[in-house]
Amino acid sequence: MSQTKITSREYEELNKKASPGTKSYKTIPSAFLIGGFICVIGQALTNFYMSLGLVKDEASAVTSISLIFLSALLTGLNVYDNIAKVGGAGTLVPITGFANSVVSPALEFKSEGYVLGLGAKMFIIAGPVIVYGTLASVIYGVILWAVGLIF
Amino acid sequence: MDMLLDYGKAFLIGGLLCAIGQVLIDYTKLTPARILVSYVVAGVILGGIGLYGPLVEFAGAGASVPLTGFGYLLSKGVREAVAAHGLLGAMTGGLTAAAAGITAAIVFGFLAALLFKSGDKS
Repeated sequence: MSQTKITSREYEELNKKASPGTKSYKTIPSAFLIGGFICVIGQALTNFYMSLGLVKDEASAVTSISLIFLSALLTGLNVYDNIAKVGGAGTLVPITGFANSVVSPALEFKSEGYVLGLGAKMFIIAGPVIVYGTLASVIYGVILWAVGLIF
Repeated sequence: MDMLLDYGKAFLIGGLLCAIGQVLIDYTKLTPARILVSYVVAGVILGGIGLYGPLVEFAGAGASVPLTGFGYLLSKGVREAVAAHGLLGAMTGGLTAAAAGITAAIVFGFLAALLFKSGDKS
C-alpha cells in the first residue's frame, strides 16, 4: 500500500467529495417537505385541542408536549432516526428534533448509569439550547426593564 | 376552507424554516447542536424585535413548532414577566414560558430511555 502524503486542505477536498448527502437538490426539498409535514401535524393537534376548548396559548403548549411525546416514542422505537436520514433539518429544526436530541443520548448512555449516563447525557444538545436560549431571554428582559426605566 | 388555508400556511412557513436549516447543514460547517442553539437564540431576538409574533399569527404551528418558536416563547414569557414584576421578570419569564416543553422532554426522554433498548444505528 503506497502512502502519499496529502495536505490537510487536500484531505478536506477529498473528504468533501467522498462524503455523501451533500446533494442539495435532494436534501433541501426533503427537509422542506418533512419539516412542513411535521408542522401540519402540529397545526392539526392545535386545532384539535382548541376544539376541545383550550385557548390558543394552552393549545400550543399541549401541542408541543404531544409532539415531544410522539418524538420520544418514535425515537425509542428507532423510527425517528430513520426518518431523520431522509428529513435532515426537516426532522432537526422542529421541536420533535429537540426531543430526539434528548431521548437519543439518554437511551444510548443508559448503560453508563442513571446519573452520569442517562441523566447527564440527555442534555448534551438540549443543555446548550437551554443555556443560550435562557441567556438571550435574560438579556432581552434586562433591556426591556432598562428601557422601561428611561421612558 | 379556512382550515385548509391554515394547514397550507403552516406547511409553507414550517417547511421554509427547515429548508433554511438544511442550507446551513449543506453549505456551512454548523453542527446540528449549533443550528438548534442558533434557532432558539434567533427566535428570542426575532421575538424581541417584534417580528416573530406576526409570523406565529400568520403561520400558527408552522412558526411555533420549529425551534425558533421555542425562542419566541422565551421572549414572550420574559416580556410579560418584566411587565408584571420588573427586573425579577427578566430572570423568571423565559424558563417559566419554556417549562412545559423542557419538562415534557425530560419526562418523556426519561421514560423512553427506561422502556426502550438502545437500538443499533442501522
